[in-house]
Amino acid sequence: MTDDEELRVSKITEGTVIDHITGGQALNVLAILGIDGSRGEEVSVGMNVPSDRLGRKDIVKVEGRELSQDEVDVLSLIAPAATINIVRDYDVIEKHRVERPEQVVGVLECPNRNCITTKSEPVDSHFDVLDEGVRCAYCNTIIREGIADHIQVD
Amino acid sequence: MRHDHIISAKQLSRADIESVLDRAAEIAADPSAVADRHAGKLLGMLFFEPSTRTKMSFSAAMKRLGGDIVDMGPVDQSSVKKGESLADTVRVVEGYADALVMRHPLEGSAKMASDFVDVPLINAGDGAGQHPTQTLLDLHTIRESAGFDDLTVGIMGDLKYGRTVHSLAHALTTFDATQHFISPESLQLPRSVRYDLHETGASMREHTELDEVLPSLDVLYVTRIQRERFPDENEYREIAGEYQIDAETLEAASDDLVVMHPLPRVDEIAADVDETTHAHYFQQAHNGVPVRMALLDLILEGNA
Repeated sequence: MTDDEELRVSKITEGTVIDHITGGQALNVLAILGIDGSRGEEVSVGMNVPSDRLGRKDIVKVEGRELSQDEVDVLSLIAPAATINIVRDYDVIEKHRVERPEQVVGVLECPNRNCITTKSEPVDSHFDVLDEGVRCAYCNTIIREGIADHIQVD
Repeated sequence: MRHDHIISAKQLSRADIESVLDRAAEIAADPSAVADRHAGKLLGMLFFEPSTRTKMSFSAAMKRLGGDIVDMGPVDQSSVKKGESLADTVRVVEGYADALVMRHPLEGSAKMASDFVDVPLINAGDGAGQHPTQTLLDLHTIRESAGFDDLTVGIMGDLKYGRTVHSLAHALTTFDATQHFISPESLQLPRSVRYDLHETGASMREHTELDEVLPSLDVLYVTRIQRERFPDENEYREIAGEYQIDAETLEAASDDLVVMHPLPRVDEIAADVDETTHAHYFQQAHNGVPVRMALLDLILEGNA
């Protein structure tokens, strides 16, 4: 990370920095992670920051929370180039990329209004991840474009 | 065959299908041999949507195996009317029966219900999703009439919402059949079914007119185009009219063409076809009993 970016988004002591998010997707990243600030998390967001690799990118820093690989892999659906930095005592102690998961559970809402998972039943949405897009494991509906539009909001 | 639940035709291998059809042929040849086979067993019937053929043939099948049914009855007289979830309903009813048969208006309902029960659950239609037992009887009909070798099947009508079509298309891929899909553009196969067919490398083509392919077909599977799929009556009449067949239409077909329909038909197959050697749809409907007997027998046997 360059000094210039440091000015925009302050360093954190402990927690997770999600870098190289596709420009404009930071709020969707937070939505997927279920972080809306209501539980008092300290969150910094940089949007459309210049990036050598991506042109423009977003950055999200979450203080005091170390996100697990399972939690972040789902981000690959909307931010395939994202990198995850786990920070302890100002140092990056772990750095990894997001990997495409085989399935995503309870994250997306099925766009098929006639799908059982959209009704008042005790069942989480469940999508299998395809090479291109995702597919509802219950009604088989395939979403190819605009996956972020289907993020489940509670 | 060993499946706890029968949810989708996609889960059935060629060997699974053939084991059901072989058993169905044995049962049809000598139904008395299985008349007491499942005495004391109960089949729970959960029909959240109206059904005539599927429900009656499952009832007949269970009773002809010596068993009996317990029926939830119409939805408007059940606990569903009080707002009970499907998950709760099936968890309660599984305590009353050795296996369940369910039809429900929502896609994915059978899969979800099966997540909540230990007794085998058979999907008898989930919205516009799947109808695997119809497919088994369709395949039985095809095997007895056209056979599976070098098979070319035309499937016509409402391919988008037709659950019998989705299940049949999946199953035909296991028999390496060539499939022609004939429909108005607005009712073509859904993306998910097309995706699966491509994944399996199925030989398939899509058409808007029957004439192009009729002479090459061994089987023509006709389905109903429903009024509610169209915004207005005139558009419906115009489009549905193009996908109706009569005896004259079939003059261009092979003499051995087998015409099938999951029924009920409205006017997509004219009554004059009934008198031709092409008509197999009533036999197809009758096959529902031995095929469902075979399936129930294999399922109940496996879970005895």
